[in-house]
Amino acid sequence: MSIATIWVLAEVADGKPTTTSLELITQARALAGTVEAVAWGPATAEIAGALGEYGATTVRDIGDIGDALPGVPVAAAIAGAVSAGQGPDAILFPATYDGRDIAGRLSAKLDRPVLTNVVGLSDDGGLVSQHAIFGGTQVVTARFTGEGPGIFVVRAKSFAAEPSGGAAAAVVPLAGGETGATNTATVVARHVEERSGPKLDEADVVVSGGRGLGDKDSYAMVEELASLLKGAPGASRAIVDAGWVPYAYQVGQTGKTVKPTVYLACGISGATQHLVGMKNSKNIIAINKDQDAPIFTVADLGIVGDVHKVVPKLIEALKARG
Amino acid sequence: MNVVVCVKQIPDPAAPPALDPGTHNLVRSGKLILDDSDAYGVEMALQLVDAAGGGEVTLVSMAPNGETSGLRTALAMGAAKAILVSDETLAGSDALGTAKVLAAAIRRAEPDLVIAATESTDGYTGTTPVQVAELLGLPSVTFAKKVEVDGQTVKVERQTEAGYDEVTSPLPAVVTVTAGVVEPRYPSFKGIMAAKSKPVDTLTAADLGLDGSQVGVGGARQEIVSVVEAEARSAGEVVVDEGDAHERVIQFLEQLKIL
Ligand SMILES: Cc1cc2nc3c(=O)[nH]c(=O)nc-3n(C[C@H](O)[C@H](O)[C@H](O)COP(=O)(O)OP(=O)(O)OC[C@H]3O[C@@H](n4cnc5c(N)ncnc54)[C@H](O)[C@@H]3O)c2cc1C
Ligand SMILES: Nc1ncnc2c1ncn2[C@@H]1O[C@H](COP(=O)(O)O)[C@@H](O)[C@H]1O
Repeated sequence: MSIATIWVLAEVADGKPTTTSLELITQARALAGTVEAVAWGPATAEIAGALGEYGATTVRDIGDIGDALPGVPVAAAIAGAVSAGQGPDAILFPATYDGRDIAGRLSAKLDRPVLTNVVGLSDDGGLVSQHAIFGGTQVVTARFTGEGPGIFVVRAKSFAAEPSGGAAAAVVPLAGGETGATNTATVVARHVEERSGPKLDEADVVVSGGRGLGDKDSYAMVEELASLLKGAPGASRAIVDAGWVPYAYQVGQTGKTVKPTVYLACGISGATQHLVGMKNSKNIIAINKDQDAPIFTVADLGIVGDVHKVVPKLIEALKARG
Repeated sequence: MNVVVCVKQIPDPAAPPALDPGTHNLVRSGKLILDDSDAYGVEMALQLVDAAGGGEVTLVSMAPNGETSGLRTALAMGAAKAILVSDETLAGSDALGTAKVLAAAIRRAEPDLVIAATESTDGYTGTTPVQVAELLGLPSVTFAKKVEVDGQTVKVERQTEAGYDEVTSPLPAVVTVTAGVVEPRYPSFKGIMAAKSKPVDTLTAADLGLDGSQVGVGGARQEIVSVVEAEARSAGEVVVDEGDAHERVIQFLEQLKIL
């Protein structure tokens, strides 16, 4: 293997490493001899077991960062290690809010470029990354030139997470770095927007609504249909921006990436930024009254019709089945 | 309060995009327009300056061929002036190179607050603003869905995976805004006329003390190895609803054993 060590930024949610972190560790295992995780927070030791199980030998623990936003302190700690000559060949970041912040900060600190929107990574005599562009119609392969670790920001669900059965990762402290005046943004309160049913990015069925629903109240039928199919409701950005549903429902470029068995799009045109978040679904059903809507180019079953006619009948028929 | 808004001028997203077969750079030869994503930042800045009761909005943009049409749109909305960095040596700049240029231009304006979009429509790396913040030695708050300024503090509602965080930061700071943070105004006829005579300061990379090893192709230190067509997902069956299309959906779900 030409790549010795890869670090993966491990994010934690509900006391566990996020699925995307584990996806990256899994892929790193296939590319490098040594895979290590970088983590922060008050209870890093608790995730060492899970990280080891997916192939990380070590957790580089930055420790508690208090109420700071992670971007600055985490990047400073990583930059410190790299400058001291202890850095890896590449660092993989999940394409999350914090992941992007840390990667951007690190890039400027190290004066190294960053490759974002990565959907594939392979070893071609050195690490190369794949990027889906133009709504996923073309794939660009890119690589870094020059010295220093490659900084990659990888989209969720680019790889499948598979355990390696490894032992718990060893927890090794990673010293904080110089932050100057940059580390002064403080989180003063956290708000969780509750939602019921399966999680959008884990559900087997996703029913999404778009502007074609016409008004906010009509979103209720998307929720009802999702619940009848034991799935999760989702949305296009158009109706998130319009304030019909919270941002957590958004599917696409700036929202969630989903890969369910069935994705049902109701009144969604299929803009490229929406498609990149759902076009790898195993099966796609689209209901749209415009037969030329781009969503039909990816749909396995396209229904040219009015959502206000088709969806209520579908709900009725599902209820009748009990 | 003085606010700088980073505004990107991009090819019309409605036109089919293309890569230059030689350089693999995005073709930016046609007329450029204001990235819709940045209209939110311009509006936010105008409202914050209004609320502060004084100051002005300065635009900063890096674009090829001395392009100003996108800047004029933002000036017509109400921004006071613009700094445009345009120079052949900048072609092929990556996000970090772009950030170096923007940071150097922003330094000249000495703003209290810098606003950018969370990501551009054509490049969507989403890292440029944070890189700018790091180069300027400023704190940053990304993914703002609500922004208020109270004296020397900016208060932001920042989107998270689970909901949102309330974040505060001392000024000066860099804030990136999402679409939907505010409703951008349409330029009025008066605004469009006034924009024609608003000052646009055009600079080169050299004016900012940057050379070809830091920006443009030379500064990029990443390269495209290949571009190939993705495996196309073919369109499947299309049914025109005659009042019974829901039955076909049920059948399909049965085939997939969802029902
Ligand atoms: C940087 C950037 C990032 C973005 N990120 C995302 C993202 O993450 N996710 C995302 O979704 N978008 C994203 N977008 C926005 C995207 O470009 C589109 O604007 C958005 O997806 C459109 O949403 P829509 O399909 O609901 O609305 P529209 O495009 O307005 O489509 C509505 C559709 O409904 C159909 N319709 C209307 N009435 C009916 C009816 N009665 N019955 C059936 N059909 C009907 C219409 O034919 C039309 O096709 C992004 C854009 C940018 C610039
Ligand atoms: N060339 C540019 N000129 C001005 N602002 C830019 C430029 N490139 C990026 N930005 C700003 O940074 C944001 C994020 O861009 P990106 O990193 O390309 O996704 C954009 O929405 C702009 O606000």
